Amino acid sequence: MLQALRGALAAFRRTPVLVVISILAVSLSLFVFGLFALTAFNIRGALSEIEERVEIVAYLSDDATAEEAGRAEVEIRDHTQVLDVRYVSKTEALAIAGRELPEFREVFSGLDANPLPASYEIRLRPGYRTPEVVEAVTAQVIAYPFVEEADYGRDWVARLVSLQRIAAGATVIIGGAFAAVAGIIIATAVRIAVAARREEIEIMRLVGATDGFIRRPFLIEGWLTGLIGGLIAAFLTYLAHRFVSATLMEINWLPAEWLMLAVLAGSAYGLLTSAFAVRRHLRGL
Amino acid sequence: MIKLTGVSKVYPRTGYALRNVNLHVPKGSFVFLTGHSGAGKSTILRLIQMAELPTEGELRVSGTSSARLRRSDVPKLRRKMGMAFQDFRLLKDRTAEENVAFALEVTGARRSLIRQRAARLLGKVGLAARGQAFPEELSGGEKQRVAIARALANEPFILLADEPTGNLDERASRGILDLFREINANGMTVVMATHDLELVRRHPSYRVVELSAGEVVFDSAGTVREEAG
Repeated sequence: MLQALRGALAAFRRTPVLVVISILAVSLSLFVFGLFALTAFNIRGALSEIEERVEIVAYLSDDATAEEAGRAEVEIRDHTQVLDVRYVSKTEALAIAGRELPEFREVFSGLDANPLPASYEIRLRPGYRTPEVVEAVTAQVIAYPFVEEADYGRDWVARLVSLQRIAAGATVIIGGAFAAVAGIIIATAVRIAVAARREEIEIMRLVGATDGFIRRPFLIEGWLTGLIGGLIAAFLTYLAHRFVSATLMEINWLPAEWLMLAVLAGSAYGLLTSAFAVRRHLRGL
Repeated sequence: MIKLTGVSKVYPRTGYALRNVNLHVPKGSFVFLTGHSGAGKSTILRLIQMAELPTEGELRVSGTSSARLRRSDVPKLRRKMGMAFQDFRLLKDRTAEENVAFALEVTGARRSLIRQRAARLLGKVGLAARGQAFPEELSGGEKQRVAIARALANEPFILLADEPTGNLDERASRGILDLFREINANGMTVVMATHDLELVRRHPSYRVVELSAGEVVFDSAGTVREEAG
């Protein structure tokens, strides 16, 4: 193992240009993938932020008793799809309206009676914020006799869902394409690095090196190329994130697990492609 | 030692490279394989290295049979053979000493021993002072000596040489052959392929096996193949 590591390091020393070029190719192709991941992650984040705003508002008639209202609240909360129910009393509604709509403040304060109805604000659990569920829950809520009206942004929810579908589809297709391109570039870089040492492999076989002995330094080299390339790509992506955040708009950085997984996948892939590339040269006796 | 029994080698595209070759090379002998290019000299050497297997017949090298060869036997066998080629096959980015050391590294020898031994081997082929030179700084004859030092690294029982003087001038060729004679005098079997008949004639005491179109047409050891008609 030590011998193999020494062999891999010797390759770095002997063909520095080739090693630098292949690491560069690996890091740049992974960087492009990183940029895509950053974009996809932020779009997803923005969409789920919007999604959290999906809520059903049920307006109660003024003659609903507190007891009825309380019981209904408990019942609604019991639905599996419902995350939480907030009861907004008439007084609260007035206070909120006063706060949020300052231009009407005087109108509201001049009134003898409070014209605003009490309401439930119903929020759904993640995964249930679809037009179908929203509609079904709305139908159940409106069935209470003291609920006058229930409202949710029908078109808005539908549009949000289709937007999410497009984003998810694009992530899979474009992400897959980027990953495939990165994969091909890495495999090519590794293959060139191995082919450049074909002569060395031949001579190793000639003097009686075992297949394992020949293979090991290449595997380590491929693994290191993937690892170093992955780390450089992560660093470049981070720089891009800082740059965009500083100049264009505040965006979120990728979760640490994603990064770790990507770097690990990169190094494993480097190892695997090396194994394949070397295998070509170990055919025959 | 080395025994070819009814060996034929057929390549799918070019046909017969060897046809029914019977050859026995006893331990400690010196054999010239001669013939025009394409006669099958290199093919015999490649078969002895077990770089290829015969299409028909059997080949035995030091107790290993081509008929029952496992892939894992090949490296072990090659460590017992030294090989030298017309084009030297040295690694250009390594010094003479590192090239010799290379053959020792693959056997997993201790590093402290490797350097020592590589230097000693270079001394043996008359290149004690050139250990730190790179191949491009060496003459053809010197390169071949490095290759021979490498071939001897693992103390093989046989030295196989494929046109080792093919790229050398007469003086360098003579030097290489003297080295081979010395190696052979110490008990090692030497099989050398060459088309340089002048060189062969200068050593009449050595066995000569001549090949033509894949067949043995002359063997100074006695088993001359009768030409048809």
